[in-house]
Amino acid sequence: MIPHGFRYTRAASLAQAKSLLKGEARLLAGGQSLIPAMKTRLAAPSDLIDISRLSELSFVRAEKDALAIGAGVTHHAVSVHPDAIRLLPALALLAGEIGDPAVRYRGTLGGSLANNDPAADYPAAALALNAIIRTDRREIAAAEFFLGMFTTALEEDEIILSVRFSLPQKASYAKFRNPASRYALAGVFVARTAKGARVAVTGAGPGAFRLPEMEQALEKRFHPSALEGIAVDESLLQSDLHASAEYRAQLVKVMARRAVEACL
Amino acid sequence: MKNIALTVNGEKRQAKVEDRALLALVLREQLGLNGTHIGCDTSQCGACIVHLDGVPVKSCTLFAVQAEGATITTIEGVAQDGALHPLQEEFREHHGLQCGFCTPGMVMTALDLLKRNPAPSRAEIRKGLEGNFCRCTGYHNIVDAIAAAAKRMRP
Repeated sequence: MIPHGFRYTRAASLAQAKSLLKGEARLLAGGQSLIPAMKTRLAAPSDLIDISRLSELSFVRAEKDALAIGAGVTHHAVSVHPDAIRLLPALALLAGEIGDPAVRYRGTLGGSLANNDPAADYPAAALALNAIIRTDRREIAAAEFFLGMFTTALEEDEIILSVRFSLPQKASYAKFRNPASRYALAGVFVARTAKGARVAVTGAGPGAFRLPEMEQALEKRFHPSALEGIAVDESLLQSDLHASAEYRAQLVKVMARRAVEACL
Repeated sequence: MKNIALTVNGEKRQAKVEDRALLALVLREQLGLNGTHIGCDTSQCGACIVHLDGVPVKSCTLFAVQAEGATITTIEGVAQDGALHPLQEEFREHHGLQCGFCTPGMVMTALDLLKRNPAPSRAEIRKGLEGNFCRCTGYHNIVDAIAAAAKRMRP
């Protein structure tokens, strides 16, 4: 499959990338979502600005009570980075379960968040870990960043530079994958923090979302049994050829329980 | 059109490509390296996997211009001086292929797997092959071949 024609530029600097990001131009990092979308002609940018080699987007750094990761860091690099494994092992494990090995060598954190695929893994972690998305002009809290299917708070010409994940006391991610695409049919990220429990779901609805009822129950007692009897509203979930909303609701409950168990 | 320079299987190669040309097609149609296969063309099956600067990538999901200046190894670059790589020999020995369509991608993925994990369990081998589909025989003999190669390749 051949995409529409476009002009390719390998950005030599962030400043050059910014100056070229106009109109129908799009940033290209790993391209693991964008290139398939272009091949099926769901996307037809006029220009691709390749930011995958910009060193300023490529770092993993421990900060005060947080882990900061550059937007251009690949899933593979997160999954094996010593600081990620030490400070936020749940995130390293999540990164190591995205797609498949070849996808993980190319796909990036910034690309995943900017694309906001409803079945992507990182959005659940960003919500549960109270992430701050740092761009070329501001900081956006994850709670304000994801605006529904493939939609984010980013301006047309805004560039994600890095993401700051708050460190929890404990965290875990459990997902049930579509066996062919390996996208989450339901994935639940649970974080236990000093300020309470956070539960975020991906794959099941039109975008990642939190489950306040489960969070409140876990604050009273952080144990899988605390989740018993909590209903997941099917009307918020997707039905498609892969799974019904009813099935996804059940998967969310099971994945939440598994994630809590893994935190104990 | 852009002129790109690549190092492919140890040789300096040039190609004149459209910006939208996918690496898999450039390898096959311009550089004559049709060991790299295009299966699903939707980034799922892994038949098109090559090594780009030392790591496996899906060449159907990468524009050739992105690889400008890079070092690429395809299945044609795995055998050395006419002698099959131990991994290729074990695929033959264990009947790790039937039609052979997925094999180049399987081998390129397995080479990286064994580099990262020289003594993988069978479960780790299967997990490592998640991005490679075989539609003939299933994976049993492929896992056998990789496990045998791992044993042979360990110092």
